Amino acid sequence: MSPIKPRAPRDNGAPDYEPYLHPSMQRNYGRWTGHRDIRPGVFVHEAESGDNLFTVRAGSPRLMSARLLRRICDVADKFCQGRLRFTSRNNVEFQVETEAEVQPLIDEIEKVLGFPVGGTGRSVHNIIHTQGWLHCNLPNTDASGVVKSIMDMLYEEFTHENFPQRVKISTSCCTINCGGQTDIAINLQHHHPPVIDHEMVGRCELPKVIAICPVMAIRPDRKDGHDTVEVIEEKCMYCGACHAQCPAIEIRDGDTDTLSIWVGGKSSHTRSGPAFMKLAAIGLPNNPPRWPEVGDALKRLLNAYKDGAREFERVGEWIDRIGWKNFFDLTGFEFTKYHIDNYRWARTTFNTSSHVRL
Amino acid sequence: MSDELKLPLLDELETGPWPSFVKDLKDQAQRNPKLNQLLEQLEESYENRWDFWRGTVLNVAGYGGGVIARYSNLGDKLPDVAQFHTIRVIEPPAFVYSTAALRQLADISEEYGAGILQLHGMTGDILLLGYDNEKLFEAAEVLMEDGWDIGGSGNGMRTIPCCIGPARCEMSCYDTLKLTKYLTDKYIGYLHRPEFPYKYKFKLSGCANDCSNATSRSDMPVIGTWRDNIQINQEVVEEFVAGKGADWVIGNVTSRCPTLCMRLVGDRMEIDDRNCVRCMHCINVMHGALAPGNDRGVTLLIGGKRTVRNGDMLASALVPFLKLETDEDYETFCAIVERIWDFWGEHGLEHERVGEFIDRVGLGTFLDGVGLEPNPQMVRQPRSNPYIKFEEYTAPRIEGEPHKAANVLNREPEGPEAEA
Repeated sequence: MSPIKPRAPRDNGAPDYEPYLHPSMQRNYGRWTGHRDIRPGVFVHEAESGDNLFTVRAGSPRLMSARLLRRICDVADKFCQGRLRFTSRNNVEFQVETEAEVQPLIDEIEKVLGFPVGGTGRSVHNIIHTQGWLHCNLPNTDASGVVKSIMDMLYEEFTHENFPQRVKISTSCCTINCGGQTDIAINLQHHHPPVIDHEMVGRCELPKVIAICPVMAIRPDRKDGHDTVEVIEEKCMYCGACHAQCPAIEIRDGDTDTLSIWVGGKSSHTRSGPAFMKLAAIGLPNNPPRWPEVGDALKRLLNAYKDGAREFERVGEWIDRIGWKNFFDLTGFEFTKYHIDNYRWARTTFNTSSHVRL
Repeated sequence: MSDELKLPLLDELETGPWPSFVKDLKDQAQRNPKLNQLLEQLEESYENRWDFWRGTVLNVAGYGGGVIARYSNLGDKLPDVAQFHTIRVIEPPAFVYSTAALRQLADISEEYGAGILQLHGMTGDILLLGYDNEKLFEAAEVLMEDGWDIGGSGNGMRTIPCCIGPARCEMSCYDTLKLTKYLTDKYIGYLHRPEFPYKYKFKLSGCANDCSNATSRSDMPVIGTWRDNIQINQEVVEEFVAGKGADWVIGNVTSRCPTLCMRLVGDRMEIDDRNCVRCMHCINVMHGALAPGNDRGVTLLIGGKRTVRNGDMLASALVPFLKLETDEDYETFCAIVERIWDFWGEHGLEHERVGEFIDRVGLGTFLDGVGLEPNPQMVRQPRSNPYIKFEEYTAPRIEGEPHKAANVLNREPEGPEAEA
């Protein structure tokens, strides 16, 4: 038995970033003057000092093994003075100081890592996603597998810049929706109220379970001498907040849960400003391992956007211009009563005018 | 062992051009055999469309955050994944690394965990996966010994993602990396020991392009901006117009300005800066010709979040402009943050994000509570419904009296209970 070691230091905080910066970034910190795009996945930043810093962006699967991470490090050691960075969309960025090093670096990335170079400008960017079945306790679909399937299909769209504007995609595996507000999102929907395990539910803090329901659809109950809760089904909107609070209240259903596609979200404040996503397609089967129906719907949507949008228009801005009637006509998605909001801000989404496209 | 693995569904994810996580996990399984059982469980999920993880609370001594506990419901059959916890490691600002640092994480992850990581989590953290109860503590000690820190889960502050900022971007209006480190270090206790009503996320973006997706996904987005004029280099504007044509510039730059505050006169750009809302579109398209102004700072927003529980919320403007250069500026910033934490911490309900709290008590009450003056920048428009709950018998006059509204929430208790 090893002796008890003293505890490690606490409160280390965030790592000091300065030594982790590429030497060119250390030298030119805060003194960049401009940038140029070289080709999809490659851009160069210019500094006051006259320095150039070329960045090569490669798509990663986010989940990676220690071995793969070391191979990434090998590439950075060979070309990038042992420095690299990740982006908020799970890309790896490798940086070199001369244009002559760019192609050998790309070759190395493709050979050693098998990562595609791209995901910049007017391409389909890498997907923001969470964990899904691999490691989350709440999902009813996978994340890594959905992403792999979609990005296999959109590989060319990642490595080329063929769209009117950038396209950002996210996936979410439950209605918590960890993914961001993006141009296109693939989210999970439940189709019935939660089922309560009355034996187990007493292990949860019931007042918290009752309080967490956003529509006050949960109230205390007693069954067979146990404290439990009941769900008022007319009020329940299948959000699953109670399930996150108490696993004995099960919202998921492997047989009936479906996937939906949402469009027009935007984080950037440019032009029209940040925007929520809106419901486009419902009822897509949750169909591992390749989710082909989701892929088909995505393709249809992307084609309509590519054909119809003007330069610089994000998906939501394109729809704002052409209107939802044209959107549903062009994509062939069915507009149903479920597309009409009935939650708190529903009325703000109605067309309160005679402005209709006929 | 791996020869016996039957993964017909997952095997289908080994083909195709995008990097395959299945292939990668199988490769790492040679070093960390417990990944075989992870894949077996995942295969079961694919087959049954069902999840087999159970989450509970588990912590390293002295911490209330930083560990995501996962127990497998198939633990009897797959003992290697019976305990399969995640450690949330605080990431370096802007996700910059030396290979030495990453190799250290790879080694720790292989030795103590399942040899897999996620770079990065939705809240910017480094996720190290696959630790059992015992190895979890050992790994945390080793991480801290090596200078890393953990935290950012539960009802507390989250790790802070930020854009690349001044480290490699000419657009950045403040030092996002410095503020990330400053806030993380100053409030490290809130990352270690959750003590808020619910989570609190900062996300920092150097300009309105919002590369850290702050506005839709954080309680407190900090967006870089400027309060003087856009810098115009008319010579480069001329070159740009000569290259692209005036029609293109009018169609794609000036007419796309959300406030139509700019126009092309000949081949010169004229901007009515009083109406510019700093959206960045024209600067993105004509960088080189146009640039953010020199008097830079941040706009502070409040209350963004994703769906659970009251629905998605975009953050809304709280402080239109704040300088972030000197130590005093940083202290002012923190004073605002701490007042918000005090007020929300005191009155927020369990599991109520600050945006939901504002919806419940009203933005006016919130401003009273945190001591900020109302400002037309905070709204798209003034109210259009007439149900005003005045707190005084006569409304403040035009041009008139200082704001003296009684603060309902802080009003002294009255009546027999208060006297008792």
